[in-house]
Amino acid sequence: MAIESLPEPSIPIASSPLRPRFGFLTSTPIIAAATIFLLLIILMSILAPWIAPHDPLQLLPAQRLKPASDQFPLGTDAYGRDLLSRIIYGGRISLLIGFGATVVSIAFGLVIGLFSGFFRWLDAILMRIMDGIMAIPAILLAIAVVSLSGASIMTVLIAITIPEIPRVARLVRSVVLSAREEPYVEAAISVGSPLPKIMWRHLLPNTIAPLIVQGTNFCAAAILTEAILSFLGAGISPETPTWGNIMAEGRQYFLIKPSLIFWPGLLLSIAILSVNLIGDAARDALDPRMKQREGGK
Amino acid sequence: MLGYLLRRVLAAIPVMGVVALFVFLLLRLTPGDPAAILAGDNATPAQLERIRASLGLNEPLYIQFFTWINKLLHGDLGVSLISNVPVLHMISQRVEPSISLAVATIVLSVVVAVPLGVIAAWKQGTWIDRFVMALSVLGFSVPVFVIGYVLIQLFALDLRWLPVQGFKSIASGFGPFLERLVLPTLALSFIYVALIARMTRASMLDVLGEDYVRTARAKGIGEIGVLFRHALRNAAVPVITVIGTGFALLISGVVVTESVFNIPGIGRLTVDAVLARDYPVIQAMILLTSLLYVAINLLIDLAYTLLDPRIRY
Repeated sequence: MAIESLPEPSIPIASSPLRPRFGFLTSTPIIAAATIFLLLIILMSILAPWIAPHDPLQLLPAQRLKPASDQFPLGTDAYGRDLLSRIIYGGRISLLIGFGATVVSIAFGLVIGLFSGFFRWLDAILMRIMDGIMAIPAILLAIAVVSLSGASIMTVLIAITIPEIPRVARLVRSVVLSAREEPYVEAAISVGSPLPKIMWRHLLPNTIAPLIVQGTNFCAAAILTEAILSFLGAGISPETPTWGNIMAEGRQYFLIKPSLIFWPGLLLSIAILSVNLIGDAARDALDPRMKQREGGK
Repeated sequence: MLGYLLRRVLAAIPVMGVVALFVFLLLRLTPGDPAAILAGDNATPAQLERIRASLGLNEPLYIQFFTWINKLLHGDLGVSLISNVPVLHMISQRVEPSISLAVATIVLSVVVAVPLGVIAAWKQGTWIDRFVMALSVLGFSVPVFVIGYVLIQLFALDLRWLPVQGFKSIASGFGPFLERLVLPTLALSFIYVALIARMTRASMLDVLGEDYVRTARAKGIGEIGVLFRHALRNAAVPVITVIGTGFALLISGVVVTESVFNIPGIGRLTVDAVLARDYPVIQAMILLTSLLYVAINLLIDLAYTLLDPRIRY
């Protein structure tokens, strides 16, 4: 997978793999819109305490299931809490879990993949363990971890991260396996470069482009999994506003007030869609062979 | 071929071994007393002791593991901590709705997605292609429970064409069975259609530039024949592979869809078990679905030889 060894890439690739260009974020109007949407959702989450009209936890029993009004722009939920404020705050957990799980799984997967690709004796053992974890459906593994360890942001993060680590490790391993046959790596080994230096300077840079692509796709999947866990009642505690929790509570009142499900569902879908679109654009920009294989756009 | 089959089956053993070890250690390595974790905060000492005895938690760890594996190999998946019913019996009672939903989803998805992918590749760069690709990104992005509720609102509440929720066994008549299966299947198919259409398109694009496709066209074979008989057969291997690897996606989809549509299948059983911390049930579900995943992917590997005579093991 060494990008340097590609015969004449059809599009310009980053001059240094350590500094991939991010111009693809505005490559088409749709990708640009996705980037803007994602930035808006990030901004909304950061600024939640200032822009939310109400306290998302404040219970107003007299205001239960109210329709949209000037006071409550999207109405209230079954406990009289302001739906808009809860949705604004809900983005925080989704993004935190999405980005957090991506960073942690890449960190662990990268180390396992680097060692597995470099040391043949370790490879067989590590890859059997990875195969085993990959055979477990991710959502079952995640709900099992959460049900045993209790629901907190940390357990949900760990539960979503574990199933992804083998996928990152396999990707990194495949990159390392092909890169270590390259003359520059063999040369570095033969002149006695220390192992950490070989990994850091020669192997790691090759993994960056594929990891950005995989990481973006996983970030979207992690946001979705968090919402699924909350929705099933196996996620972060129900009073915490997350998009999945708001929808889970809205299920009982779906016939009376469907907006309890549709608004958070819409925002969740737009967030995941934006990250997925950015992931596709990153793949097209950073992996020229994939672009050729898919025959262009 | 027989040698290859044997090697693949043998290779699946360590994978399942890791799954079993993982499931076993998950409960034991969670900080705190496993019995107290499962029983909850208000458990009496007698309840704790019953759970310890039921799971053999008083034994040393390695004895627990081998006793448990021995039982597993004899088909004993344990007893529910809540209802005291054998887990295998609970699962077998709930399997029909889930299998109906899963099979209907795969059939519908393949029937819809493969032609979509073929047409998108054939008309690459046109609006049809862009439409299929947009649909595929949407399919990956809109969660199945959001689609589920949109479908319920539209077809069950507004148009009143179909029932809102529930499941009827096929034994009570094909009409009622199908009527309740339509919406969940549609909801769950969305992501699967996205996955298969995208893979079919990519795989067809690889194949359409090949010499044999040009030869087939030069012989004067109609475009449909070229696409579906000559190109698709050669493009089928990655498509079948993605159906196998997408099985994990299907499992998670079944779990969520059953919750949305109130279907009493194994997905609901799992969610109920999680909420009640009925660990033997969770454990059994993880083991069985992983085994199914490994088995399906093994069968798909073997199916390659039927699809593509060039592949020989």
